[in-house]
Amino acid sequence: MFKKLSNIGDCGILCDFGEEVNKSINTEVIKLFHYVKKQSSNGNLLGILNCTPSYNKLIINFDLNKTNTNRIFDFLKTVDFSKLNLSEDNKEWTIPICYDFGMDLKNMSKVLKIDKEEIINIHLNTVFFVYMIGFVPGHPFMGDLDAKLFLNRLTTPRVKIPAGSIGIVEKFCNIYPYESPGGWNIIGKTPKKIFNSRDSTNPCLLSPGNTVKFKSISKKEFEKLSNE
Amino acid sequence: MNNNFFEVLRPGINTTFQDQGRFNLQHFGVAPSGCMDYESFTIANALVSNDKAEGVLEFAYQGPLLKLIKGQTKFAITGKVHFKIINSKSETINGECNRTYDIEEGEQIDILATNKTVYGYLAIEGGFSVSPFCNSVSTLSRANIGPNEGKKINLKNKIFFKKNRQEKNNYFINVQNKNNNLIRVLRGPQHNYFSDSSKKDFCSKNYKISSLTDRMGMRLEGTILKNVVSTNIRSEGIIKGSIQVPADGQPIVLLNDHPTIGGYPKIANVISADYDLLVQNVLGTNLLFKYIELEEAEKAFKLYSENIKETLETKSIIK
Repeated sequence: MFKKLSNIGDCGILCDFGEEVNKSINTEVIKLFHYVKKQSSNGNLLGILNCTPSYNKLIINFDLNKTNTNRIFDFLKTVDFSKLNLSEDNKEWTIPICYDFGMDLKNMSKVLKIDKEEIINIHLNTVFFVYMIGFVPGHPFMGDLDAKLFLNRLTTPRVKIPAGSIGIVEKFCNIYPYESPGGWNIIGKTPKKIFNSRDSTNPCLLSPGNTVKFKSISKKEFEKLSNE
Repeated sequence: MNNNFFEVLRPGINTTFQDQGRFNLQHFGVAPSGCMDYESFTIANALVSNDKAEGVLEFAYQGPLLKLIKGQTKFAITGKVHFKIINSKSETINGECNRTYDIEEGEQIDILATNKTVYGYLAIEGGFSVSPFCNSVSTLSRANIGPNEGKKINLKNKIFFKKNRQEKNNYFINVQNKNNNLIRVLRGPQHNYFSDSSKKDFCSKNYKISSLTDRMGMRLEGTILKNVVSTNIRSEGIIKGSIQVPADGQPIVLLNDHPTIGGYPKIANVISADYDLLVQNVLGTNLLFKYIELEEAEKAFKLYSENIKETLETKSIIK
């Protein structure tokens, strides 16, 4: 249940679930996200343009021609959180990763004082929860990594990180959908396309609330899958 | 598909296909994009009798030079734009905005510059032949999403359009001049992160539009806004018009191509009614912000929508 509702300008609402970052709070956010989307597609809630879940906030953007702040507030106040479900299509994914592309693995092993193989093992044995997707299209923020692997961002972010790179910072793991600058510690790379701007029906592989496990592949398999 | 097309002889600085924007995808990290100046976009489509959701070409500062290679069409340019039409005998006529023109094979549209504004629009009768992604033909060039492989229009691109000219008459619309550097805002979700003097400074001092401004965000330079709580927050969803303040205390107004989530405190949000005015202010302009209340912002938006409606009703045949 959100703790506070406030307006963001004249066409947005902030549902504030507090300051903590954990799965149970994020699950509440995602339940409300699914409910708002469903009510909007059913035609029970008019004028919703975008609905963006993050760790502990849900931001709703609406069309001021069709609705307004007070009407959305009234709707949100009637939501019975005990009756909300995570969407039925909550998927579990297995994503291939090739650790040979882990350009920061060596340094991580030095900083954490843990063997490279052990780092890989912990990563492979983690069932990740997709907290949110964003910043750029398809980019997932997943958790929770074992506290043993907690690392800060790189002091100097890289100018160029190849698309498909998988990084970790603190308890989070991400996948870079595009070649971009970035400061995460890169442990590997996936050949799997996680965002497809030519597919209007299913452009994004993951959804908030999904779970992800990684599967280790060789460089040869990586190349084979990349060409598919 | 027919084979009517323009060739791009000069692309302009930032020429992209845009419509009303792409929605219902922000939870996947896709920003809405869409036309920056909604009013000018709407007038452009209305002039050539298109559906209000039809895609147009948007340009910034300098527009494209287009040669009609095949077909005949009718076009309109809106905003405040200096442009010429060059016929096949190389004779030029100076174009006027907010009216339609017929253009024939071999003729050129030379969109030279926007006049003391940023964005202009080119709509053609029946629309451009571009395929939508998730119900929109808006370009999000940062993520290669949209027509033309998600890229800005480039030299020698062919720009296809759907049909030959059918309408016989030409039309004009009476558009009021509305330049303004006074922008009304509502207090943002993290307004209280800022010191009392900074809250006051934000709405009494000038903030200058820096050259690091594009469709993603408008960077401002002015009196430093002092954050007294925390210069970072947990990433949360972004809405266009939000004014975030990073640790350096210089505000950034997030525009149509904004990142979908962000971790900087937001001092204020530009009201919807003033967004078109905001984005049309050129680099180097000193903006002045003014706090108002939600109810006033909603009234202002009603007035804004009524004004557009009234403007569209002035559409008349050029005799």
